[in-house]
Amino acid sequence: MLASAPPPEAYLVLSALLFAAGAVGLLVRRNALIMFMCIELMLNAVNLTFVTYARELDDLGGQVTVFFVLVVAAAEVVVGLGIVVSIFRRRRNATADDLSLLKG
Amino acid sequence: MEWVVFVLGALICALGAFGVVTRSNPVHAALSLIGTFFGIAVLFIAQDAEFLAAVQVIVYAGSIVVLFLFVIMLLGVDTAEDLEVEPITGQRTAAVVAGVAIAAVLIFVVVAGAITGATSSAAPIDTDVANPVQIGRVLFTDYLWAFEITSILLVIAVVGAVTLARHRPDGMVDDELVDELPAPAVVAVDEGEVAT
Repeated sequence: MLASAPPPEAYLVLSALLFAAGAVGLLVRRNALIMFMCIELMLNAVNLTFVTYARELDDLGGQVTVFFVLVVAAAEVVVGLGIVVSIFRRRRNATADDLSLLKG
Repeated sequence: MEWVVFVLGALICALGAFGVVTRSNPVHAALSLIGTFFGIAVLFIAQDAEFLAAVQVIVYAGSIVVLFLFVIMLLGVDTAEDLEVEPITGQRTAAVVAGVAIAAVLIFVVVAGAITGATSSAAPIDTDVANPVQIGRVLFTDYLWAFEITSILLVIAVVGAVTLARHRPDGMVDDELVDELPAPAVVAVDEGEVAT
């Protein structure tokens, strides 16, 4: 019979699945914006793990770490979208396959 | 009861994640991403992290996705990506195999291993005090240095974004470089003119 509350393993398995989905999306998709969204997905999966362990180990440090991850993610998105905008100004598209100038 | 909340939150998260990976229109992918963020916020509340749930909705579902949508709309890149074309042969298969391998390893670690580690002595969770109050106390005492560094990081990010995305005055536009990087279609036209 099921326990009255989901065990921490349930949250951790869900977090692993979300992380894998984000990784697959990052590898498959070629639109730079959607690749950023997949990175956000992976960051959120990791945040879920942090909160689960914060509850399990009775330590508020996990939740504070999630707060810092949020801040870094926001900064990363701002700079990343700035790069996408400036690439788009020059190249008229934001597909990762077309940005192959450094290829030999 | 908590099982119901967990299953619903997990379903919302999974559907959203599936949408992000499979929708060809970036706008639809961004909307799916909002679904995932809300599901995660529900799971945060289920685990007594009320402050983080609020921040998750405000910062992620609120500002970050809106930023994505702004860029999509402003640039007009909301053209659907052709998902039929596979850029590199076998790339999709390899990516899915890699994803399944990542998930399998992570789940194996979760199921086969036990949760170890000492319970906190520095910042134990006190159920008598509201969660935001507790986080505020820890943030402005134990983590004050990291918090101050965060402010510098945000300033750097803002300055960097403005520098990257601003409209350059005419004198600063490197025209030659634009000519060296023509879109493929332009190259074809030039060669046609040379041939005739």
